[in-house]
Amino acid sequence: MTSERWLNVALLAASIAALIGACFLGSTSMGPERVIAAILGQGSTGDSLVIWQIRLPRAIAAFIVGGALGVSGAALQGLLRNPLAEPGVLGVSSAAVLGATISLYYGLTALSPWALPIAAIIGALIATAIIALAAIRTQSVVTLILIGVGLSSFAGAAMSLLMNFAPNPFSLSDMINWMLGSVSNRSFSEIGFAAPFMAAGLTILFAWRRGLSALTLGEESASGLGVNLKHQRIAIVLGAGLATGAAVSLAGAIGFVGIVAPHMVRPLVRHDPARSLLPSLLLAGLFLVLADIGVRLLPTQSELKLGVVAAIFGAPAFIWIAMQRGRRHD
Amino acid sequence: MTELCASNMSVMAGDTPLIENVSFDLKPGELVALLGPNGAGKSTALRAALGLQKMSSGKTTLAGDPTQTLSPLARARRIAYLPQARPLAWPNRVKDIVALGRFSHGAAMGDLKGGDKLAVDTALTACGITHLSGRQADTLSGGELARVHLARAIAAKAPLLIADEPVASLDPRHQFRVMDLIKGYVKGGGGVLVVLHDVSLAAKYADRIIFMKEGRVVLGGSPEETLSAKSLADIYGVKARVDGRSVTIDGAL
Repeated sequence: MTSERWLNVALLAASIAALIGACFLGSTSMGPERVIAAILGQGSTGDSLVIWQIRLPRAIAAFIVGGALGVSGAALQGLLRNPLAEPGVLGVSSAAVLGATISLYYGLTALSPWALPIAAIIGALIATAIIALAAIRTQSVVTLILIGVGLSSFAGAAMSLLMNFAPNPFSLSDMINWMLGSVSNRSFSEIGFAAPFMAAGLTILFAWRRGLSALTLGEESASGLGVNLKHQRIAIVLGAGLATGAAVSLAGAIGFVGIVAPHMVRPLVRHDPARSLLPSLLLAGLFLVLADIGVRLLPTQSELKLGVVAAIFGAPAFIWIAMQRGRRHD
Repeated sequence: MTELCASNMSVMAGDTPLIENVSFDLKPGELVALLGPNGAGKSTALRAALGLQKMSSGKTTLAGDPTQTLSPLARARRIAYLPQARPLAWPNRVKDIVALGRFSHGAAMGDLKGGDKLAVDTALTACGITHLSGRQADTLSGGELARVHLARAIAAKAPLLIADEPVASLDPRHQFRVMDLIKGYVKGGGGVLVVLHDVSLAAKYADRIIFMKEGRVVLGGSPEETLSAKSLADIYGVKARVDGRSVTIDGAL
């Protein structure tokens, strides 16, 4: 087996262990035999309910949200040839949150359960398309990040506007929950509404991953090698937009996992953007499952939001990566 | 036979013509040097011939098929392209970069099999960089990196190769080494169009020279036919002495 296959197997094993581990935590304490029995569908009705309705959906939501953000980050980094590209940094997540909030504000969510995921995805796609258009015009990393900052600020301002006009405290707290990002109280039916979009996005990204390797040599060489640049860009933008939008529709804004996971994985796959996708998915998923376990273990008065914890650890990592980069390039 | 024919290509940037009515062809087994002052439109002409640049008029064919209608992968299998700017986004290993030459054959960077592996190993050997194959590209010198990029283009095993200034910013020894590699590619049956700035290097290696100036082809033919004190004065504005294939430039006019 190649080293990267070992990496994927190890990450998969760790992810499964973390998902099972997450099932042990909660207000009702259960011993290992009861948890295992409930996971296998042999426990008491009460235990099964706790595991299958509360703990497992939450852990799985954390995993797939992390995974989708990790792959989107890795793919955007490959496309833009820039280790700082990430849905959160580029404003894609905020745009998705804005989309989701608009659907909440106007009560579209009452019309159909698909409204929120679709609104989040539309927001994500608009932002990704703007970034990709800008990337055609400029080769400058700094410009792209600044455009991302602009998009984030705009989405933030629009969010504030909606909060200003929030009809009642309940919808206000709903919106704030979206902004902070959390996977608590997620159900399998909510996962079911996000999953098709996420699966579509991931399928597109994986199908187009080979072109990301060629882009290592720059766009001119890549097109010389036989990459259809236009199609490649559209595919990655569409895939990352779908995956990020679906992730946000499930958990709200969770930043920085899409930058940290690919960064750690890259040296282990010899800096090949194509081969970084799968381990980035697994590692980012694992991160969020572990972070969510941490959130629940911390003895805080009210539970910390997952997005807040991700940013507390992720933002310094982002700064560190940016400083490393500054030493070598530009 | 895979032959590249570019006829009457014109490219406009807004209202300004970048190249006008440029025609040339390239056949396997010949080394053609494309020369001309900065801004003559050499790179634009190459990109247009490859179908990477939109033309306002003109026609290019590759083995008889219009280049514009060929799929990028099919085109890449017939003609390899080494552009002038060769940025590397990540510190990849030399072997993996050369493996990208097999992209048009469906190979993936890390996992080479059969013919792809053979082509990469042959290209690494031909360019004398087998000992570097495990090194990260950001640790290489300019001369080594130039050979890595050339190996990448050679690994494609395309019948034709277009190289835009492959010897730019190399010391004389490395310039000769790279040109020797290109000559070897031609001896092996390939056809190469190479953009050069060093007239004496072109005179030494090329079977044919094409001169461009201000967006047009102004002169073409064998080195003996095209190189003269007068042609170099007209095209580059330099004072030169030409004796057969030996060119000495004395200074600006």
